[in-house]
Amino acid sequence: MNHPVGYAADSRLRWTEYLPWIVAIAVFFLLPNYLSLGARVLTFILFALSLDLIVGYAGIVTLGHAAFFGTGAYVAGILSAKLGLADPILQLLAGASAAGLLGLVTGAVILRTHGLAQLMLTLAVAAVCLEIANKATPVTGGADGLSGVTVAAIFGQFRFDMYGRTAYLWCLALVFAGWWLVRRLIYSPFGASLTGIRENRLRMQSIGAPVYLRLLTVYTIAAAIAGVAGVLLTQTNQFVGLNVLGFEPSGELLVMLILGGVGRLYGAFVGPLVFLIAQDYLARQFPEYWYFGIGLILVLVVLFARGGILGISDALLRRVRGRT
Amino acid sequence: MDALLSSLVSVAFHGVAYGMILYVISVGLSVTMGLMGFTNLAHGVFAMAGGYILVSALSRFDLPFPLALALSFVLVAAVSVVLERLLYARLYGASELEQVLFTIGLIFMSVAVARMIFGTLQQPVELPESLKGPLALFGREFPIYRVFLIVFSSSMIAVLWFGVERTLWGAMVRAAVDNRAMAQAIGINTKRLFTITFAVGSGLAGLGGALGAEIIAIQPTYPFEQLVYFLIVVSVGGMGSLRGPFVAALLIGVTDTACKYWLPQFGAFFIYVATIGLLLWRPAGLFGKSA
Amino acid sequence: MSAVIETRDLCMRFGALTVAEKINFSLAPGDRHALIGPNGAGKTTFVNLLTGRLAPSSGRVFLGGKDVTALSQSARVKRGLGRTFQINTLFREMCVLDNVALGIAERRGLSGRLWRPACAHAAVREEATDLLASLGIADEAARRVVDLPYGKQRLVEIAIALGLRPTVLLLDEPAAGVPSLESERILRALDGLPAEIAILVIEHDMDLVFRFARRITVLVQGEILCEGSPEEIAGDERVQRVYLGERHA
Repeated sequence: MNHPVGYAADSRLRWTEYLPWIVAIAVFFLLPNYLSLGARVLTFILFALSLDLIVGYAGIVTLGHAAFFGTGAYVAGILSAKLGLADPILQLLAGASAAGLLGLVTGAVILRTHGLAQLMLTLAVAAVCLEIANKATPVTGGADGLSGVTVAAIFGQFRFDMYGRTAYLWCLALVFAGWWLVRRLIYSPFGASLTGIRENRLRMQSIGAPVYLRLLTVYTIAAAIAGVAGVLLTQTNQFVGLNVLGFEPSGELLVMLILGGVGRLYGAFVGPLVFLIAQDYLARQFPEYWYFGIGLILVLVVLFARGGILGISDALLRRVRGRT
Repeated sequence: MDALLSSLVSVAFHGVAYGMILYVISVGLSVTMGLMGFTNLAHGVFAMAGGYILVSALSRFDLPFPLALALSFVLVAAVSVVLERLLYARLYGASELEQVLFTIGLIFMSVAVARMIFGTLQQPVELPESLKGPLALFGREFPIYRVFLIVFSSSMIAVLWFGVERTLWGAMVRAAVDNRAMAQAIGINTKRLFTITFAVGSGLAGLGGALGAEIIAIQPTYPFEQLVYFLIVVSVGGMGSLRGPFVAALLIGVTDTACKYWLPQFGAFFIYVATIGLLLWRPAGLFGKSA
Repeated sequence: MSAVIETRDLCMRFGALTVAEKINFSLAPGDRHALIGPNGAGKTTFVNLLTGRLAPSSGRVFLGGKDVTALSQSARVKRGLGRTFQINTLFREMCVLDNVALGIAERRGLSGRLWRPACAHAAVREEATDLLASLGIADEAARRVVDLPYGKQRLVEIAIALGLRPTVLLLDEPAAGVPSLESERILRALDGLPAEIAILVIEHDMDLVFRFARRITVLVQGEILCEGSPEEIAGDERVQRVYLGERHA
């Protein structure tokens, strides 16, 4: 069951919706050695939120969402390493704008198509971005990536320390902003119409909805948010490489999202959290088994548990409530 | 002038060889997508498997080359039947997202297995002596293996086209691609048709992967890296058609070879841009049917 | 009397197959019109041409006197054209209220708003509830469409179209697939439709047609065979020959 939105829904915050933030703040104080992993999880939560807008709410399957992530990441990296502009807010705005612009231009074209052509075009756009990053070595560092990325203090006050404390809080603040924006969006009449487009596009056209424009709007917004996530990655790692572009990271993000649950808002929180923690622990010990396990879980989720982790917990809750 | 002509011929020759391989691998994907409406992104896995089978048969088991090739077709086809019956068949009615995710999962699993068994490096192919070395034709020298590739692929393609145009199986495939519900209504056993067609398509992919092991290197990341090309062939050629992907594959083969030769700093950039342009002009592909 | 919707020499060809041949048709405000004809006559194609889902090979479509031939479906809806589909085309996983509210919100121009939650727009919800009540299904408002019996789904289909406050309403076989016990509800709904809307019903159910329509057009193989009052059509030999059968002779 998807996250209920629309005109009959209740948009007030449920108590469970405070949990992610309580956990995030608790991690900051209780697990100071894990803050860099925490920042990575937060970055991918933001990235997954942006993908959920497109896949879960608008219903468009894309294999190239990393194009926007990577664009944000590289813009931030190039601004810093090549142009010496280290202000984090400037990098953020530049990355978000570049990604959003790319989303607008490619979306305008891609959203006019459907089926295999559409899928192929999302892949082709991501492939073009990867190829450019790979070949434009003077600008992007090519296959070696771009190091020497520096990030100045936020507002001139909060320096990025080597324990990752500032980075963590910076990511947390942006994830909060992104979450707030996405939540507002999906509960709004616009969000309700997106759900309608996903459910039955022909019907939406028959009630006078400008379907193409709506999809283009959400595609652009999602691209900009993905761009912000990319900037965060560059800022926390102080490096950007080719692994932020192409089919592989797009596919991995899809896995994270389906693992948590598509179209449920908080699936984008649960999925990356579980995936990245498991990856951090298991992938180091048994890298091949990890990769195999991810594939297996994906296959099993699709066959038996389409709602992901949140879907399973929903079903369990329903069964528990049914008994009382 | 002579040097230019020489490189043109060379590019065309190698491009055609590459295009043939692309076609042999991708034609199965085109038919699967057109026939079963199934977005099988894991098609590259079958090609990779064929490549690994060939390499193992040649170096580990010292089997003769023809036998190794035959095995790459037969074994991959056999495994694909098992996969189709057990897994794919459950998702025929599923949404595109589910099919995409499922096949991505298969890719992850096979990449991991390939790495576990064969390691991460490219597999060297030990060609038989009879196929090594140059062949003199029309006053130029061409690698024998590539000539063999072109000839062998052409004959495989001819057999396939004959099969689809003339046999009962082919007629059923064409009917079901055209209108699945109608085909079922006139009593075509679509379940069995799907399985057989899937096996043929996957077997061909395995054969193509094996034949082309020299051109498209066999390594664990094969399904990820080559997916774009196979999808380009199918989407530009026209899903469900046989001739469309053939033209598309040759175009891509020649264009890619030309770009890599004369403009290596751009890489595959032009192919992607051309694909984008072509799909915008003809979303159903060059020879596909518009919805 | 100006026509609310009108076609001039409308033609549709798919290759060698002609599905619509020089159709000249019009509806005035308040009309109760039925389009009948044997299967494959081209009735649904005609509706698709009117709504813009299909672009004609030649000919023109007019809404409220303006040429809309080049306009999209959404644009024609904005000009007052509503339709229902022969097969339920609903938002199955969403509740009944949302199905209707989406159309109402579009009409009111609220649907593009990004900020306030949808559920805060009480006026939309109230209008949707009232509409459902007028069709007798207000108590189903919170249920998912997929959980409703087919007859009630058909009513939701009509409710969505009504929520658009159309000036012209095209109903494609509203009683199709509905068991006869439930079709009475559909008939009552049709009777209760606002008098100023022009309504075109495509139907095979002759009871419904003769009960509802004040004028009938007969379409055979893409061409209009004849047009007239129910009595004229029932008594017309050509129509009887084409398909009416003995009961209505």
